Amino acid sequence: MAISFEIPERVKQEAQMAEAMAQGIMRPVSRQLDENEHERPADFIKMIWPVLRDQQARALDKLKAPPDPDKPKREGPGITYLRMMFQVEALSWGDAGQYLCIPSALLAGSAIEAVGTDEQKERFLRRFAEGKDPVWGAMAMTEPNAGSDTKAIEMTAVHDEAGNEWVLNGEKIFITNGGLALIESDGVCVVWATVDRSAGRAGMKPFVVEANTPGVTVTKPEIKHGIRASDTVSISFQDARIPYDNILGDPEVRTGGSRKGFKGAMATFDASRPLVAASALGVGRAALEFVKKKLKKEGIEIPYDRPRHKQTAVQRDVLTMEAQLKAAYLLTLRATSMLDHGQRNSLEASMAKAKAGKAVTEVTQKAVELLGMMGYSREWLVEKWMRDGKINDIYEGTGQINLLIVARRILDYGSQELN
Amino acid sequence: MVSFTPTEEQQMLVDAIHRYAESDVRAIAHEADEAGQLPQEVVDTGWEIGLIPAAIPEDYGGFGAREAVTGVLAAEELAWGDLSLAMKLLAPALFAFPVLSFGTEEQKQDLLPSFGEEFLPMTAALMEPGVFFDAANPATTAAAHNGDIVLNGAKANVPLAADAEKLLVYARDSESGAVGGYIVDRNVDGVTVGEREKLMGIRALETYPVTFSDVRLEKTCQLGGEAGITFQTIHNYSNVALAAMAIGVARAAFEYARDYAKERVQFGVPIATKQAIAFMLAEMAIEVDAARLMTWEAAWMLDQGQDATAEAYLAKDYAAQAALYVTDSAVQTLGGYGFIREYPVERWLRNARGFAMFDGLAIV
Repeated sequence: MAISFEIPERVKQEAQMAEAMAQGIMRPVSRQLDENEHERPADFIKMIWPVLRDQQARALDKLKAPPDPDKPKREGPGITYLRMMFQVEALSWGDAGQYLCIPSALLAGSAIEAVGTDEQKERFLRRFAEGKDPVWGAMAMTEPNAGSDTKAIEMTAVHDEAGNEWVLNGEKIFITNGGLALIESDGVCVVWATVDRSAGRAGMKPFVVEANTPGVTVTKPEIKHGIRASDTVSISFQDARIPYDNILGDPEVRTGGSRKGFKGAMATFDASRPLVAASALGVGRAALEFVKKKLKKEGIEIPYDRPRHKQTAVQRDVLTMEAQLKAAYLLTLRATSMLDHGQRNSLEASMAKAKAGKAVTEVTQKAVELLGMMGYSREWLVEKWMRDGKINDIYEGTGQINLLIVARRILDYGSQELN
Repeated sequence: MVSFTPTEEQQMLVDAIHRYAESDVRAIAHEADEAGQLPQEVVDTGWEIGLIPAAIPEDYGGFGAREAVTGVLAAEELAWGDLSLAMKLLAPALFAFPVLSFGTEEQKQDLLPSFGEEFLPMTAALMEPGVFFDAANPATTAAAHNGDIVLNGAKANVPLAADAEKLLVYARDSESGAVGGYIVDRNVDGVTVGEREKLMGIRALETYPVTFSDVRLEKTCQLGGEAGITFQTIHNYSNVALAAMAIGVARAAFEYARDYAKERVQFGVPIATKQAIAFMLAEMAIEVDAARLMTWEAAWMLDQGQDATAEAYLAKDYAAQAALYVTDSAVQTLGGYGFIREYPVERWLRNARGFAMFDGLAIV
């Protein structure tokens, strides 16, 4: 190997296509969807569903087909995650709220892929691979009293041996695409519940809940600061019964932490955090490009390699924004590339997420400021990007939680020593 | 294909420099800073690694090829050992590398083979006295006069100027305004090396003001001959080198603070178990890595022959700020001990403070 920052042509081309689509389909309705919360980005969904559906179909078929001995094995690392990173960045450049409405298995899919059996993958994921109408997946982890502290989860799953079913009871909040998955399509939601509260984390298990399950009620679409096009709901479970086989991974409570259980699910954050960071990068770039365009119109160019005393305060601010985004981009690129190389990246993923969340927050806030009252005006999208960008410093682990993870890693501490 | 793994050869070089930095350099860094002098034998041992000859092709007496990525890897590791040492050891490159990039065939044949087995104190003069300095618009001028070139002006912060046989002096062409490089013998009439400067940091590195009053040079002393140089290119290579050194200093401070925080017990527990300290360390780790990735990217672009002006500038600017932030946080982590000169972190803070102003003090 050698150090290289060469982005493969294919990745660049796909990102360009995604950006063109974002420009043509997302941006024109960005403001409208922001002002009319809970309205769906119908054009974006319609456009992207067939693409994602066919991708999922290929993935599932590959699972079923016996390996072809004549097909040469791919040499070296893949580019799966790199492609995702660039597409997520481009779509979030278009509109981060609309991007989140992406009709696919998403986090539910990651959990099912990570710990599900082949039978479960077929049973739960096939719906994402066929049909005319889009289908969504969702993940329900957070509860009113369990945010970052996931071991405080109160939702219970009790095995009813007579019916060979799990009975779920509890309340989940802040579920992205929960309504789309369970009401507006025949989707699935991966729900975290405890089978044994006294066992702590070892008792926590993921369960797949399908649309139209009696006892499952989508109760509250949230009204949010940003990403208002994104569907965020609460779900209440009252004696909701699901088949015994809907548990993902090992049903036994084992202390000592097998990779398949809670830790396995936590490892999916290693893959999702760089993508959240990528989304942050897209929003940040949208704001930075917009500011540079507007400044250029006013005759203000941004010079590189000029001494500090020959920069105006505005030029200085823009250069800082650019540097912050570049730092976040490169940390994200590293975390993503490690996934493609099959390397463990928990530290690097949290570094990227913490940095990108902070960078997008600062960059978009500064963008509003630099454009004066027009930056503050709802006529332009900059103020919306500032509201959209902030979520990246919050979900999939707040900036502080990610710093905690980084700190534990660099200090070689566990959650006992550093909490 | 994206990759963050150095080549095996690069890794071996980094490992070799690390061993030298850890055993030879760290051992003398404190005393050298106090005494304002680096022991010559440590400089000589470092020279034996052969960093500069390895960047010069065989045709000109060296044994390798110049690569910016290799250069930044080496510069970080040396600066991790000690910044004064890193700058002194690599100061001859300030002369050699621009000659390699832009010299006429004659200049290369004439000047490059002297960078051989022994440390040769050669240097370059870029910065100028005063509060404001703009590398692209130096006040020092080069004027054509009766077929010769006449240099006039004042330079400052010139490393090793008192010992250097030759200096590469950057000056503005009095006609065109373009920045050119001029090869000047230190002993010629009109060149005056002033008293050694007293700086806040890099105290073991000798730097001097140098004035040029009506220094007459033959036309052949202009680097690159009639074609001259592209100063921006030299500046880009300089920016990534300084960025890499800033990261070396920052990483040294981060590692020291991290280890200290795990050892230091207050309230019955290591202070690293407190979020106030642990979060600071986490931020330091992130900033070091971010700055390094920016530096690598810019260096990689230079090696690809791309214009890296923006990337090299952003890397240098970012790394300079990161180094200041990280070294300050390290002093803070050590509390009262951080303020004591016996501990290295205050030295690293003084050294790191310079990067925002340092210009043309290193090159890869």
